[in-house]
Amino acid sequence: MDKISAAQQKFLQDRNFHHKKILLLRCLLLILLLAAWEIASRTGLINSFIFSSPSRIVLTAWQMIADGSLWLHLGVTLGETLISFLAVTLFGLMAAILLWLFPSVSEVLEPYLVMLNSLPKSALAPLLIVWLGNNVRTVIVAAVSVAVFGSIITLHTGFREIDGDKVKLIYSLGGSKKDVMFKVIVPGSIPMIISNMKVNVGLCLVGVIIGEFLSAKAGLGYLIIYSSQTFRMDWMLMSIVILCLLSTVLYQGIRILEKKFG
Amino acid sequence: MDAMLSLSHVSFSYHTLGGETLALRDISFSVGFGEFAAIVGPSGCGKSTLLSLICGLIQPESGAITMAGKPTAAGSPGIGYMLQRDHLFEWRTVYDNVLLGLEIQKKLTAENRRRVEQMLETYGLSAFAGMKPSALSGGMKQRAALIRTLALDPELLLLDEPFSALDYQTRLEVADDIGMIIRREGKTAILVTHDLSEAISMADRVIVLSKRPGQVKSIIPVSFPDEYDTPLKKRNAEQFSHYFNLIWKELKQYG
Repeated sequence: MDKISAAQQKFLQDRNFHHKKILLLRCLLLILLLAAWEIASRTGLINSFIFSSPSRIVLTAWQMIADGSLWLHLGVTLGETLISFLAVTLFGLMAAILLWLFPSVSEVLEPYLVMLNSLPKSALAPLLIVWLGNNVRTVIVAAVSVAVFGSIITLHTGFREIDGDKVKLIYSLGGSKKDVMFKVIVPGSIPMIISNMKVNVGLCLVGVIIGEFLSAKAGLGYLIIYSSQTFRMDWMLMSIVILCLLSTVLYQGIRILEKKFG
Repeated sequence: MDAMLSLSHVSFSYHTLGGETLALRDISFSVGFGEFAAIVGPSGCGKSTLLSLICGLIQPESGAITMAGKPTAAGSPGIGYMLQRDHLFEWRTVYDNVLLGLEIQKKLTAENRRRVEQMLETYGLSAFAGMKPSALSGGMKQRAALIRTLALDPELLLLDEPFSALDYQTRLEVADDIGMIIRREGKTAILVTHDLSEAISMADRVIVLSKRPGQVKSIIPVSFPDEYDTPLKKRNAEQFSHYFNLIWKELKQYG
């Protein structure tokens, strides 16, 4: 490698320092908030029965890890989220491809898709319970319904925005509409598909929690409702903290995918 | 010269809700085997539309386009179309990009691959075959796009302002390059451009179109003494400015 000039070295050092500073401040902010929460609840400034505290949350988590129930709830929620996410991704992609291949069909369906997309899906949940029963299937269908319509619309719009000259190129080489789809539209839309997956994984988690609120025997959403009914705020806040961590992990998972293929 | 491609009384209109726009009116000309024709005209005169018609991507409203006596159709194996920008796909390597046409027409035989590899070698791209298109310079990308077109071994090449996206210096070099490649491969070619110098330096015949609706205003044969054998050299020939003024006047007069 070439020798780095003094100015470049200084630039790199400054950048490095900046990154470390940001990381440090992020950690400090977290510690500060947790400390304030803990102190406020210990000194009686806030009611620790209602507001819980970091130490009580950790203790609760520890107990639930010990008796295995935490893994059960986390596993159920994670499983339901992944299944619905997979279903949304596959179904959204297939539907968008079909809509692109058959423009008349997409014109006919457009107002319905827009309506279904803007419908608050939580309104469907009670209906789904009646139709599908009080079980995991309802949770998954609820989660899929939250994300799938937006996904179809986003992907289809993205497909239509592909450079017309690239399409012309395929036709000029003697290609068919199928060639346009699989040699230009789909490979050219990979970054858009992945960024849509990022949105979907978050929405699926929302849908799973809504579903678990209403019809579940396990899962973090179930745990939150159950602890609210039995007034165990430690459980509830712990579930929320774990949901925060879970959503971050899922989002980062897609980011890794994005770095690889995006 | 025998006509390889002939257009007779071709007209074409665009239809929108706002009304009908006549883009081309009563276009007739023919191009001989091995000939290099250039079509010039003001922007919006329907030059690109004309190429899409010849290629068979769109159908004329009236008139006929025949190649070696037969009507042209989309993706006719005999016609290669080169667009304004290279449109190399970033998700494919350079090698996979130049094979695109063969892949689509399911002609990925060992022999065709060898021919394409030979062209990459001849035109200085074999070292870049495994790279993504973004690693290439503008001129190299355009050469790769030409090889992608030539891979299907078309008899007729349609060039739609293929150099307009390049900076001036690269443009001169690439025009020189591509002009030589087309001559060497013995192809018939139709170049659409609004750059008169480009048309004069590359073509055997310049077809001048009027502004919209495009009509053939004149067809000017271009010839240079033998020592001016490349587009770049032709720009220095004394006949060059003569042709330039001639075509300039034609454009002015009917523009």
